[in-house]
Amino acid sequence: MTAHRTLADREDVLGALMLAPALAYVILLVGVPFGFAILLSFSDATAGSLHFGWAGLRNYAAILGDPIFLRALKNSAIVTVGSQLLVVIIATAAAQVLRATFRGKRLARFVLLLPWAVPVSLIVQAWRIFPFATVIVLAGLSSIPQEIVEAAIVDGAGFWRRLFQVELPLLLPVVAVAVLFGVVYTATDLGVVYILTGGGPANTTHVLPTLAFQRGILGADLGQGAAIAVFLLPFLVVVAVAMLRLARHTEVGAR
Amino acid sequence: MKRVALYAAALGFVVFAGFPFYWMLITAFKQNRDLYVGASVTSHVPWIFNDPPTLDHVKLLFGQTDFPRWVLNTLVVVVAVAVITVAVAVPAGYSLARLVGRWGEGLGMGIFFTYLIPPTLLFVPFSRLVSLLGLQDSLGALILIYPTITIPFCTWLVMGFLRSVPWDIEEQAMIDGYSRLAVILKVAPRLIVPGILTVVVFTFTLVLQEFVYALTFISSVDKMTVSLGVPIALVRGDVYHWGALMAAALFTSIPLAIVYNAFMDRFIQGFTMGAVKG
Repeated sequence: MTAHRTLADREDVLGALMLAPALAYVILLVGVPFGFAILLSFSDATAGSLHFGWAGLRNYAAILGDPIFLRALKNSAIVTVGSQLLVVIIATAAAQVLRATFRGKRLARFVLLLPWAVPVSLIVQAWRIFPFATVIVLAGLSSIPQEIVEAAIVDGAGFWRRLFQVELPLLLPVVAVAVLFGVVYTATDLGVVYILTGGGPANTTHVLPTLAFQRGILGADLGQGAAIAVFLLPFLVVVAVAMLRLARHTEVGAR
Repeated sequence: MKRVALYAAALGFVVFAGFPFYWMLITAFKQNRDLYVGASVTSHVPWIFNDPPTLDHVKLLFGQTDFPRWVLNTLVVVVAVAVITVAVAVPAGYSLARLVGRWGEGLGMGIFFTYLIPPTLLFVPFSRLVSLLGLQDSLGALILIYPTITIPFCTWLVMGFLRSVPWDIEEQAMIDGYSRLAVILKVAPRLIVPGILTVVVFTFTLVLQEFVYALTFISSVDKMTVSLGVPIALVRGDVYHWGALMAAALFTSIPLAIVYNAFMDRFIQGFTMGAVKG
């Protein structure tokens, strides 16, 4: 066997080969444009000209002094945090219900999934994401070892005690994941606000993505558009790291 | 007593999730007079048909907009993006989980983090790239760009999913004399099926809901996808063609919801494994 260890058995070679297309795609089509976008946020580039002048921190200074931007920043934070709180509460509760067996459950499950499938973003974020969060929480619930729940019942824990002291702590990693995706999905979403209000009236309902779109694409001020969008990034990275750590450190029981 | 509480809670959630959908359904088939009279007549009951249902909005949608064309465009984009994503992300996920060893974890994390870069930051460079490649106003632009969202995410998903699949089956195949490559080609695909399914569903959802890039790159009506064409054609300034809008939402979301429902269990498996074990 070991005598003819050919190329077909070299894990490092196979691994590199299989990874190469994905890495190439990500570097060329995300990494490079991303670097370019960061560069843009320090430039005075506009859509019309190819001129690319160094503007230093001027774009950032301009948007930080701009009440419309500050308003958009605040709106983004409120919408994201608020909708996620709602989603987590509702989804956890809905998963509790769907886990039980009752008549008409299949139909109930179907209806609960409906909002997920709505393609046109006419409905508020919470309604749209909650089915997704529900199925994630449901999956988390089913992975809680039955013995633990039974032990809790034997020990005389009622529904609420079981929920708060046994199931929710064990669910934490799964909920963290649901929240992570919800945050990314909500914070970067442009469609809902763009279609519903277009940022108006008087620019009071902008969130960061819509403002970046208005300034950068419609207003042709590429530099400022990029600078606004950059503001989303540290926020998302912090959330992602926090949530993934939470998911990793609290392993679900038997798994 | 407990049963009553359970049914009440189930009913509550069904109403919460389903009522807007019901509203959508009746709006799609209501006569315009029935839709708008509520603004001036307060005794009007909005959640029932006050006038007989009508097919006018459906006729508007299919007859006076390019809706069938948009559905076709969307399908073309979905299939192309799904094929690219599966072909690129599944081997990469396998490689990260099984082949490259210790630095696989860091690399997997790095790839996932590119998913967090907001589209609003990337569409400016992308629009340069798209015009450089001569893809403005073509479905090719979307087929090129959408995998930048699906590949990082799905690579990470498949990686995490595979970590939860026991190594035994592949190991046994190697003991039986398969080469490493033969294991990848013949044994692994069967193990990854739920992961692939998740990738496809994710791609579907993304393409059907994506709006920003479609808005940036597509300008001709006959090149639009459903998510772009419907609001562009049916929201004119302050005039919302509610009936036709709702009919469009209805026709696209019902088939999708049925698919979700059918694959939900496997989808959950793929998703949570990817996330928790990733």
